[in-house]
Amino acid sequence: MEMIVASAIGVLTAGGIYLILRLRAFPVILGMALLSYAVNVFLFSTGRLAINAPPILNKYADVSYSDPLPQALVLTAIVISFGMTAVLVMIALGAYLEADSDEINLADPEDDAHNNEGQGA
Amino acid sequence: MNHWIIAPVILPALLAPVIAYVMRHDIKLARWASMAGTLALVAVAVGLTVMAEDGQTHVYYLGDWPAPFGIVLVLDRLSAMMVLLTSVLALVVLWHAIATEWDNRGRHFHALFQFQLMGVSGAFLTGDAFNLFVFFEVLLIASYGLMIHGGGKVRLKAGLQYVVMNLAGSTLFLFALGALYASTGTLNIADLADKVRTLPTDETAVLRVSAVLLLMVFAIKAALFPVQFWLPGTYSNAPAPVAAMFAIMTKVGAYAIIRFYTIVFGPDVSAVDGLIGNWLMPAAVITIAVGAIGVLGARRLMPMLSFAVVGSMGTLLLAVSAFTPEAIAAALYYLLHSTFAAAALFLLADLIVSRRGGDALSVQPPIVQNGLFAAFFFVGAIGVTGMPPLSGFLGKLLVMDGVRDMSWMGVAWAAILIGSLVTIVGFARAGSVIFWKATAFEASEADASEEVTTVGVNAFVGVGLALAMLAALSIFAGPTMAFLEGTAWQLFDVPDYVDAVLGEHGEDLK
Repeated sequence: MEMIVASAIGVLTAGGIYLILRLRAFPVILGMALLSYAVNVFLFSTGRLAINAPPILNKYADVSYSDPLPQALVLTAIVISFGMTAVLVMIALGAYLEADSDEINLADPEDDAHNNEGQGA
Repeated sequence: MNHWIIAPVILPALLAPVIAYVMRHDIKLARWASMAGTLALVAVAVGLTVMAEDGQTHVYYLGDWPAPFGIVLVLDRLSAMMVLLTSVLALVVLWHAIATEWDNRGRHFHALFQFQLMGVSGAFLTGDAFNLFVFFEVLLIASYGLMIHGGGKVRLKAGLQYVVMNLAGSTLFLFALGALYASTGTLNIADLADKVRTLPTDETAVLRVSAVLLLMVFAIKAALFPVQFWLPGTYSNAPAPVAAMFAIMTKVGAYAIIRFYTIVFGPDVSAVDGLIGNWLMPAAVITIAVGAIGVLGARRLMPMLSFAVVGSMGTLLLAVSAFTPEAIAAALYYLLHSTFAAAALFLLADLIVSRRGGDALSVQPPIVQNGLFAAFFFVGAIGVTGMPPLSGFLGKLLVMDGVRDMSWMGVAWAAILIGSLVTIVGFARAGSVIFWKATAFEASEADASEEVTTVGVNAFVGVGLALAMLAALSIFAGPTMAFLEGTAWQLFDVPDYVDAVLGEHGEDLK
């Protein structure tokens, strides 16, 4: 099971990084989503992998339990990354509608245009 | 347990939704509320600083849960000072934003501004690593909104780049925290400090990974080479008051580095064993170089100021990289200075740029009140480049004195001195192009083209306050340094911190 979880995290991270490097709004958003899935699974596994173990201590019986803290952390991380993705989509949409291009880099020609405008004035 | 400790988080957190929902249609009401809230924050921060000055570590247990299990807020000299710095800066920036009507160019400026204050104060006060992540996200999400305040094509594109960069940084932060939790089983900073020092040496591989990952995350925030590239694009395209407020955001990164790598991964921890300082130092030197070259090469005013911020972060982190109490005290002094210097120049640049055709460093007819602006710019430039008599000079002197015992002391001194010289040349060029050469134009020619609109006193108050802080920092350098030395020593007194946080509750556990 360790192998499956570890490789899942690895593949998700690799895919996420590849998509982010595309520097286009849509792939980048997908890449960020993949990366946040990867980190969620990773966080989940930091409390060690355990199957069929509730995150509750039982004082009447000596049964195994799983670490509840990473589960709480993952919940927080999911909520935050969901909210952030929503913000990212909104800003990307705004930038696309405003600039008519979905590239995520500040092109230099913009600078020059600005500059020439300034010198001409 | 003193409940005032949580006030800097609660106050803006309660005020922001009220501004957003109740006062959304009344900018005047929002301004009054925001101003009153920020003033109250300054008052609370002063109170907390006075309280922390006794050198004790005050702990606030949220919900009264015992320390390693619940979340704690920790007030020591460093966090009190940083909250005070934030609130005073916020006051200066808010005044400017209101006086220049920046807050009215988009929606929800004041609500976002208060949320930003909540996030920054929380990040300074928290004693829990995961809580630090949450407050980072709070301050970031508010900063996304502030960054694109007012809109516009270039600003939205720059904002998108900023958001993507920081989202990647946040993901990295989570990876680092996961690794930290996997190896120590805790995320409470005091408990981490304890566990990291007792972990057997052969089990520290994951711990080292998380230490370096965390450094990377904080380096992104602090704009340290090689992850400084987001800063110039962001700061130069953000609304100027927001760029001035962002002066504290890079300091959040610097604060986190200081906090984590003294208390958790201090120089005495065998697991990381000087690793952090060895990486931080060359990165800081290159950051100074990048900043200085950027200042010299910039063709527009706002990017030039942004690169000056990059350079100042290099100087600050160079001092931090020595990880001695003396150097940290010097770094903290420089931190106070560079925050106000950067804010003053961004606010001033806003006034100048709005009166010229764009912020290009080119010769144009003189702006109205050319001499007055030139004088302010001169003072600000003296501050930011580190020339006497303002606090930048003292700060750089202290930093150089602090890194004197470093093994690469020659490189460090050369970087600071040459970096300062190049920055001075850059600022001198910018000042003469904007103000001096402009006077070559015929006065009548300039007057005829546009109606004369002088700047009211109100608009200058923000800049004036920020510059006054620089003056105050140099006049009261003695008492300030005494306080900062106490702060630095307190940082290196790890057992005291651990006892204060885990103290009474810690014994219950055993």
